[in-house]
Amino acid sequence: MQDERLIIAGREFRSRLWVGTGKYKDFVETQKAIEASGADVVTVAVRRVNITDRSKENLLDYLDPKKYTILPNTAGCYTVEDAVRYARLGRAAGVSDLVKLEVIGDERTLFPDTAGLIEAAKILIKEGFIVLPYTNDDPVVAKKLVDIGCPAVMPLAAPIGSGLGIRNPYNLKIILETVKVPVIVDAGVGTASDAALAMEYGADAVLMNTAIAGAKDPIAMAEAMKYAVEAGRLAFKAGRIPRKLYATASSPIEGML
Amino acid sequence: MNQFCQIQVNGEARTARSGITVADLLREIEVKPDRVAVELNLEILDRQEFDRRNLSEGDRIEIISFIGGGSRELSVISSQFSARGRKNSFS
Repeated sequence: MQDERLIIAGREFRSRLWVGTGKYKDFVETQKAIEASGADVVTVAVRRVNITDRSKENLLDYLDPKKYTILPNTAGCYTVEDAVRYARLGRAAGVSDLVKLEVIGDERTLFPDTAGLIEAAKILIKEGFIVLPYTNDDPVVAKKLVDIGCPAVMPLAAPIGSGLGIRNPYNLKIILETVKVPVIVDAGVGTASDAALAMEYGADAVLMNTAIAGAKDPIAMAEAMKYAVEAGRLAFKAGRIPRKLYATASSPIEGML
Repeated sequence: MNQFCQIQVNGEARTARSGITVADLLREIEVKPDRVAVELNLEILDRQEFDRRNLSEGDRIEIISFIGGGSRELSVISSQFSARGRKNSFS
């Protein structure tokens, strides 16, 4: 079945699975897992260069920016000021105006500070950034983010790295109904069925890191996630049957002895 | 003019020749300029400026690049509020 491409702010993406690059054993494993996932968007963090140990290799030696869209994030930022600063540094280090904007509000849950998120998004949009906001599963906030100019929203399924799967499917469904921009479910996926479910609900893409990097065999899990996202997307487009309480026979009665 | 000056690079004190450029510093510490962003006293520099900007006593330089990351808690770039000689640009 020919599916339409995911398009955000005029950019076309081949894959509906986006992946983070953290928590892998080494760059070789990172590269292999990302290859296996089929993702064409990879998130990266913005950090100080290690100047005392220059032997350290660069992540981008393993991820060709011509092959992948490098999406800098503002992970670890707890204030509007820091998030804006990291976004600007990410743009200066990279090549595009894309940023995955995170303003974290709480250390234990890593839930977003949605008030700070909206404020930071406004500043960055004014500066020409394409802001992809990591947000809560809150339909009102999602709509506000779209209203101020975010070309997509990235609501969480569950806390980052928790692997709990979609905690609030009803809110996610409301977000999917309410906003007219692509919705990328970001964070909280634990295994393939979580990703498939998000896509079956109608999410436009899924972004994950820990579920792959933390699996016993990250490369195999990356492949599983690729199929899960594809299967979920296909099922969504195909249109599932309604749930019914009682059986409906699949085999005809006629011709029985 | 002193021959040397004290600067801070990624939070660490460093002695540099007075008047060297950002590009000189990057060469000295063997960092390729094409994959980094440089912030000089909280001002993010365009790459074309690396050759033109000279460093002097008390300058704070942050050299950053991309590392593996999805979403995790890590904050290692010094807070802008502690930097000298410049108020944060949001107030």
